[in-house]
Amino acid sequence: MKNPYVPMPVKLKAVRLENETGDLKTFDLVFVNSGDAENFKFVCGQFAMLSINGVGEAPFGIASSPLTKEVLRFTVKKYPKGVLTTALHNLSEGSTLGLRGPLGNGFPLEKMTSKNLLVVGGGFALTTLRALTKYVLHEKNRPHYGDITLFVAARDPGEMLYKDDLAEWSKRNDIEIVQTIDKPVEDWPHKVGFAAPVLKDLAPSAQNTTAVVCGPPIMIETCIKVLAGLHFPDEEIITSLEMKMKCGIGKCGRCNIGSKYICKDGPVFTYKQLKELNSVTV
Amino acid sequence: MRTTPRILSSEKIMKTIKKDKINTVLDFLIKKYQVFGPVQKDDLVVDFGRIQNGAQACLEFSNTNEPAKKLFFPQAETLFSYTGSDAAQVSELKPEKPRIIFGMRPCDAKSLSLLDAVFDGPDYKDPYYIVKRKNTTIFTLACRRPRSNCFCDSLGIGPFSKKDTDVFMADLGDRYVFEPITPGGADILNKIPGLENARPTDAERLKNLRSEAESKVARKVDLDNLPEKLARIFDHPFWDGIHQKCLGCGICTYLCPTCHCFDIVDEQKDDKGRRIRIWDSCSYPTFTLEASGHNPRATGKERMRQRLMHKFRYFVENYGEIACVGCGRCINHCPVGSDLIREIENINNLK
Repeated sequence: MKNPYVPMPVKLKAVRLENETGDLKTFDLVFVNSGDAENFKFVCGQFAMLSINGVGEAPFGIASSPLTKEVLRFTVKKYPKGVLTTALHNLSEGSTLGLRGPLGNGFPLEKMTSKNLLVVGGGFALTTLRALTKYVLHEKNRPHYGDITLFVAARDPGEMLYKDDLAEWSKRNDIEIVQTIDKPVEDWPHKVGFAAPVLKDLAPSAQNTTAVVCGPPIMIETCIKVLAGLHFPDEEIITSLEMKMKCGIGKCGRCNIGSKYICKDGPVFTYKQLKELNSVTV
Repeated sequence: MRTTPRILSSEKIMKTIKKDKINTVLDFLIKKYQVFGPVQKDDLVVDFGRIQNGAQACLEFSNTNEPAKKLFFPQAETLFSYTGSDAAQVSELKPEKPRIIFGMRPCDAKSLSLLDAVFDGPDYKDPYYIVKRKNTTIFTLACRRPRSNCFCDSLGIGPFSKKDTDVFMADLGDRYVFEPITPGGADILNKIPGLENARPTDAERLKNLRSEAESKVARKVDLDNLPEKLARIFDHPFWDGIHQKCLGCGICTYLCPTCHCFDIVDEQKDDKGRRIRIWDSCSYPTFTLEASGHNPRATGKERMRQRLMHKFRYFVENYGEIACVGCGRCINHCPVGSDLIREIENINNLK
């Protein structure tokens, strides 16, 4: 019987600061045991539990594509009261930590094929959406999808995640990148305004399109309303939810919305499913 | 979910022993098994404990203060230990000897089948729970002294229920009778020396005692439409009032035989550490408090709603049964007199 509580040892290969505020760091991890690396099969949208001995454990979305075998990437926000996130930020390259997973259901990639994709990400919730974008843009996968639009919202330019990726993707002609920041900033060439109103102005077509929305709860809620107003069907609006988790396998009892556990039945839900659970957030 | 093999009724030979000889049964079992049973903790409290000799068992009791879940899902349990940042070391999970729980009430036995659904369900398996469960034989003792807040009958259990056990026992006054329920239970029963075949009149006597005990389960509650009702009242103003007197102490969840929520925390001294799981409670604000400061169940209202919804609706949707066995412990021990049965009646009466 596999013990689902025991983490696999991973090494911190590279860590880098992700934003100007300095509270977001991106961690590239490699498995210590080659067997673990081979067995770790995941899909975009899944998450893993990261732990540090003597400190604790918490869930984080996987930000790297399953097709990138070299490292597993996570971006973690440090909170003043977050014991683990603070400890993670204090780790130096070469440190050993623990990883459990992959956990959760992931994005319904099969169902999304041959559709146009509208990927909407806010703040640092861009993590699993980065994995998704990398994955669908891969030369093997790109032909299976229609038009791809990535809509990214951040507080200000300094808080925009994955700038290298955005720059690289912007050069391509098979993805449209739309970036917006909350308030005007000099020399900012992109859009200005909160995610929902800018999305409304953009008015993406719902025709044969699946929208994937991740971000802070208020952004998810407002953007879903905009998309519903643009006649996106409820089952074509997909989101990924977060809550405090301990076990990650549907037993410790805290991350449920209705009868569904975000860890085990999610974190990815359609708007249709959330409506049936009579909740958009919790 | 666990499916317990049951033996044919034709093979069920009831055994009996005089009450003053029951210690010899326990003394025999102790040689081969780790035996746990009700022991007197003080004048008022009987709880499960390890029985090292037959005289320690206290079989004259209404119910144990704490439910039997702690024998399978301890209040604090080491998942693994480690040194520095080295990989996790998991200890042998299997108990040194197979275990017998002797004298569990049918309500607690039922709770184990509900916990099986969670820890031994179709997806993720919980080895810590499952190994203990697989290495344990249950001897239930029929309940002749239901307490004033017992309502097991309303959950379809009843004080003389023979479900979810390996051996069913009942106190006939001067003797105990034993009825094997599973092949494993029958095997053990067959090896116990000094048991006699039950008397021809014992079945009838058992039936009468059963009726008598059932008539003593004084409280009833109508649960027929509760899951559906709860699905319709998530946003009802009812929830604004129900939590007002709750202190959020969590005793109702700790003493509930079916509550299984837990926390996972690290403990470390110098470079030696361990990751443990400990009981947690949906009554606590910290249960869902996130590092960011956001708390999706910020007030007692959301927390009380979660507790009732989980037991009487979500668990039903996930596992097909209500997560309550009617033991009444949450009512008996609530420091502010919250009464689950009355709350359910109030919900039933909501428009």
